[in-house]
Amino acid sequence: MQSNATPFKRRLFTIAMGAALAATSGVALAQAKAAAKPLAGQTVKLMWIDPLTGLMGPVGTNQLKSQQFITEKWNATNPAGVKFEVIGVDNKLSPTESLNALKSAIDQGIRYVIQGNGSSVAIPLIDAINKHNERNPGKEIVFLNEAAVDPDLTNSKCSFWHFRFDGDTTMKMEAMTTFMKDQKDIHKVYLLNQNYSHGQQVARFAKENLKRKRPDIEIVGEDLHPLAQVRDFAPYIAKIKAAGADSVITGNWGSDLSLLVKAATEGGYTGKFFTYYAGVTGTPTALGPNGAGKVYQVSYAHYNMGGAMDPIMKDFKAKFNDDLYTGSIIRIYEYLGEAMAKAKSTDPVKVAFAMEGLKLKSTFGGETEMRKSDHQLQQSLYITVWQKTDAKNPYSPENTGMTLAPVAEYPPYVSSTPTSCQMTRPAG
Amino acid sequence: MEFFTISMLNGLSYGLLLFMLSSGLTLIFSMMGVLNFAHASFYMVGAYVAYTVARIVGFWPGLIMAPLVVAVLGALFERYCLRRVHKFGHVPELLITFGLSYVLLELVQLIWGRTAVEFQPPEALRGPAFTLVNSSIDGLHFVWGAAPAAMCKAADAAVRIVCSPFPATRGFMMLVALLMLVALWLLLSRTRIGLVIQSALTHPEMVEALGHNVPRVFMMVFGAGAGLAGLAGVIGGSTFVTEPSMAATVGSVIFVVVVVGGMGSLAGAFVASLLIGVIQTFAVALDYSVGGLLGGLGIKLGEGSHSLLGLTLAQVAPILPYLFLVLILIFRPKGLMGTREG
Repeated sequence: MQSNATPFKRRLFTIAMGAALAATSGVALAQAKAAAKPLAGQTVKLMWIDPLTGLMGPVGTNQLKSQQFITEKWNATNPAGVKFEVIGVDNKLSPTESLNALKSAIDQGIRYVIQGNGSSVAIPLIDAINKHNERNPGKEIVFLNEAAVDPDLTNSKCSFWHFRFDGDTTMKMEAMTTFMKDQKDIHKVYLLNQNYSHGQQVARFAKENLKRKRPDIEIVGEDLHPLAQVRDFAPYIAKIKAAGADSVITGNWGSDLSLLVKAATEGGYTGKFFTYYAGVTGTPTALGPNGAGKVYQVSYAHYNMGGAMDPIMKDFKAKFNDDLYTGSIIRIYEYLGEAMAKAKSTDPVKVAFAMEGLKLKSTFGGETEMRKSDHQLQQSLYITVWQKTDAKNPYSPENTGMTLAPVAEYPPYVSSTPTSCQMTRPAG
Repeated sequence: MEFFTISMLNGLSYGLLLFMLSSGLTLIFSMMGVLNFAHASFYMVGAYVAYTVARIVGFWPGLIMAPLVVAVLGALFERYCLRRVHKFGHVPELLITFGLSYVLLELVQLIWGRTAVEFQPPEALRGPAFTLVNSSIDGLHFVWGAAPAAMCKAADAAVRIVCSPFPATRGFMMLVALLMLVALWLLLSRTRIGLVIQSALTHPEMVEALGHNVPRVFMMVFGAGAGLAGLAGVIGGSTFVTEPSMAATVGSVIFVVVVVGGMGSLAGAFVASLLIGVIQTFAVALDYSVGGLLGGLGIKLGEGSHSLLGLTLAQVAPILPYLFLVLILIFRPKGLMGTREG
């Protein structure tokens, strides 16, 4: 009996050994995976503060959808292995409401804040965040700017806690005027902008740059109108026509651009429009076939980036029947994921330090860099023109049959502009 | 010249839209002594109802049905809410319309959402009503509909030709407002109902003693006033934007119109509407500033003082109506054509 038992025991032993081996190798595999994704299983909450109501509501609604869509995709692939969760709050485009939202983010322990629509909101927001971070070490908040382009945010008002993923007005206007320089049929330019920091900066840099690059161009008129208030742009169009302008430069966005081009079509204005945001909700429909060849946009992305962007755009359209135009959202999660993996932490201070100077090959538009000196993303800029879709440029926003086709590309070393930022960094 | 004509037409069409709104408001005020704070809300409801009807059966049925729906809503509100608080005096009446404006705003946002809806004018109104062709050689021409492309292109580079189309939606807006004005005037001055309404304005007890149902007249006038606001809403909403804050934007301006024109005066409301429409449109176009005026008089200004004095008329255009309101109340409290004081 005893002699019989030994081989049985031995066999048992081998089975046990085998199981143990298998188990350890499994653990080892899991460990290897964890090393690749150091923060697997952690959730990072972000608060998105932008308008969901009012005239700019449609723009915000589209961007919140984009946020949720992109985080869903990036949760599966980001190198840190974290799960991003975006909580959207409607700020009604009001700075006061935004500060209330920030307060609630602080109360809920949310450490990342995203905003973009209106530098009028971004500036008070970063002021409040600076104060909060100074007074509450260990509870710092990082501001990820998806679209507010006032140069002050990365110059006189630059902050360690602010990261801009859009291109600022100095960059965009540099690219736009470089393109306009070679358009010999431009002689008289009209500047029509929204009356707040962003619109004023657009007008200012347009004048400065044109004076430098094309001194022969005459600025025949300049107007600032209230932000998201004007419903009828017909008087402005009549004025632009009377001034004899062949081109209009405008930083308008949302309803302020779509109603402007609607009035231009109705009022028979035939000049060119040089815009920042022709591809944004409402404007493609308002442009329709009328704006073909006359409406230009300067941006860090466009509808026909192709490559890895193609399936993402198509997927978004299939899911929401809407267009994904805020590419900076993708870059926000690219940078956050990479920085968190690098810092091996989701702590905003460590992530902010890791993000500084980070270089990434983006899903679209090639190489990018988060410049350390002012936290302005260095990226390629594109000039696109409104035209009919074709084989090369097949994507049609708002199912208009039209698209924005690229006519010029300015890589980061061209689009880059200097900064006067004197950043103060926290100790550590 | 074509700039002046087009701007004038833009101003007049906007003024006439304001008149459609303020006529109902001033009518209600003159009858019941109630300043209806919810009046602009009826304008908004009209636009949204028409938007929904237009999606089902088309714009034209919507143009008829929406004002009727709003008129019924207005009449019901008068019958079941306003009449009940009437006995407590004017302040509760004012407050109840104030409350109603918020209720309507929230209801509209609950039903139709918080962002603008796409309310397009019908196909027939999408093009231009007429086009002004101004050539530096042939002068000003007038063409119905859209001008052919050949007319707007100069064969010779030295000739400057500008085509200014006037949108049909605005032409339609003017047409409807003028038809409404005539109909209202005929109704008030040439019909029996109009006589009863007019006499109920000043001597309600006497009219009641003669056997007329004055409360019902009140209800009808309130309903009709709301209906007119609804009609304006259909046209305003399809020409401009249909969105929840459309009531707030016109709401304050129509009070200016009613006060400037004279409380309860239809003719005054008409004149004031046109005046404010034209002033607001032209103010956008005028780049004159106090600083510029002083400069013209030979007074040099320092660099620092430019920010305020350098404000152009175009920039202060939004506050002009309210400035007008304050000035009228100070210097002519009964308004341009009002008959009663205060």
